[in-house]
Amino acid sequence: MDRFSWSSGLLEINETLVIQQRGVRLYDGDDKAKLDIGVALLSTHRLIWRDIKNHECCIAIPLSHIIFFEEQAAGIGKSAKIVIHLHPAPANKEPGPYQQSKYSYIKLSFKEHGQIEFYRRLTEEMTQKRWENTPVSQPIPTGTGSQAGRTRAVGIVGIERKIEEKRKETDKNISEAFEDLSKLMVKVKNILLCMFATAKEMVELSRSIANKIKEKQGDITEDETIRFKSYLLSMGIANPVTRETHGSGTHYHMQLAKQLGDMLQAPLEERGGMMALTEVYCLVNRARGMELLSPEDLVNACKMFESLKLPLRLRIFDSGVMVVQLQSHSEEEMIASALDNVSDKGSLTAEEFAKLLGLSVLLSKERLLLAEKMGHLCRDDSVEGLRFYPNLF
Amino acid sequence: MSFEWPWQYNFPPFFTLQPNVDTRQKQLAAWCSLVLSYCRHHKLYTLDVMEAQESPVFNNKKTERKLSMEAIQVVFEELRKKGNVEWLDKNKSRCLVMWRRPEEWGKLIYQWVSKNGMVNSVFTLYELSNGDDTEGEEFHGLEEWMLLRSLQALQTDGKAEVITMDDGKGVKFF
Repeated sequence: MDRFSWSSGLLEINETLVIQQRGVRLYDGDDKAKLDIGVALLSTHRLIWRDIKNHECCIAIPLSHIIFFEEQAAGIGKSAKIVIHLHPAPANKEPGPYQQSKYSYIKLSFKEHGQIEFYRRLTEEMTQKRWENTPVSQPIPTGTGSQAGRTRAVGIVGIERKIEEKRKETDKNISEAFEDLSKLMVKVKNILLCMFATAKEMVELSRSIANKIKEKQGDITEDETIRFKSYLLSMGIANPVTRETHGSGTHYHMQLAKQLGDMLQAPLEERGGMMALTEVYCLVNRARGMELLSPEDLVNACKMFESLKLPLRLRIFDSGVMVVQLQSHSEEEMIASALDNVSDKGSLTAEEFAKLLGLSVLLSKERLLLAEKMGHLCRDDSVEGLRFYPNLF
Repeated sequence: MSFEWPWQYNFPPFFTLQPNVDTRQKQLAAWCSLVLSYCRHHKLYTLDVMEAQESPVFNNKKTERKLSMEAIQVVFEELRKKGNVEWLDKNKSRCLVMWRRPEEWGKLIYQWVSKNGMVNSVFTLYELSNGDDTEGEEFHGLEEWMLLRSLQALQTDGKAEVITMDDGKGVKFF
């Protein structure tokens, strides 16, 4: 009986069921086995016995282990039996119901008959030896555990195994895909870092160009200066004041105002002493490269000009337009120039005045309105638009 | 003799109400004098505001400028404040224009009366405004309401007395 090992009771792919017989009791040699009555199954490869009630309890023995077998006729009170003599159990045998046995043979006792047919089929299988042509690599594993590496299976276990394999493959695919994604992320990160570095570099570069121009003012021709002017537009701020370096709140805005004071001096002079706040915003943020300012921070910083005694002022026109202007930029001068221009041309619209001065229309209009407010100009509001005339009244 | 337009008439901003207070004051003064001199030239004593808008005064065809209705109202209001205009209705659509105030008229009439030695004489109102004797005088053709007001102004000065006669009104100068 120790030759038997536990089995799932399922057939392998190449294995075919030959015959099965109910009401079979096993004998360990001459002794009744501690197992109950069950079904004996004969396959092309194995002899299998399964408990009639508990289907989990199933044991099997490869046909190759059989040396020979003989019939034992029934007697009074005795069922017909088949005696099967077996080879000794191999060392790597799967565990079975018996660890050891003193007998080298077993008996199948047929309580419900059928032994004749069973015997005939067993004889057939033993002569054909079909298990040799289509070998089953290993006996069917015990009921609970499934064995890795096995690909062939039938029945529910086979399906389950296939599903499991598929799942594993999907897992693998997904993790591979994510690996690609994380690689991509790393690349993107690198590119971004490069961009940051480049932006910073460009700011530094423009700064150095500006300095060089200053140094070699004599050597550089007018033409080149003009060409460099475009670069100078983005004259960088090497160490922009940020919230990180100066915290938030008033202190930050004060520092920012100081930096703006330095930075805006030149562009303001170039533009006749006045710039719209929107223009300032663009210019400042271009110069800052990556450390962009919010409009709110800019306004708050500009409001600090006066208290910090900087030579710049934030001016809010009656219309709500905000401009940054040089303190030296005098109102009288501005009005006088507006009056001069208007007198020269007879009359001017804001657009014409803007073209004449190279200012934005918004600012030129503010100037004209200011001159009107001071009584130097008067308006002609017709279908042709708003025109300003010298005040002749 | 054609009406001579002031220089402002061809100055486009003249037709836009100026937002600057000082400028506007000067502008309105110019408008007032233009309206009065125009009425005087054409001997107009009443004006219809709607009609006035289309008249050459407020509508310069040459410069294609037109004073807006609101601005015209402002001008008339200014004239009213100065005592040169009186509204005839509540909607302010018609008005009396007094390019010469009643006292001034009265003075002119009294000058004429005393010059011709007709103090203490009695005149009918018609005689004064349409009579042959007054032809050539400035007050010739003066509308009756205006004439009456001028005489009433003289009456308060004690220089005349308006009397009611059978077929109208008369006046006796002192």
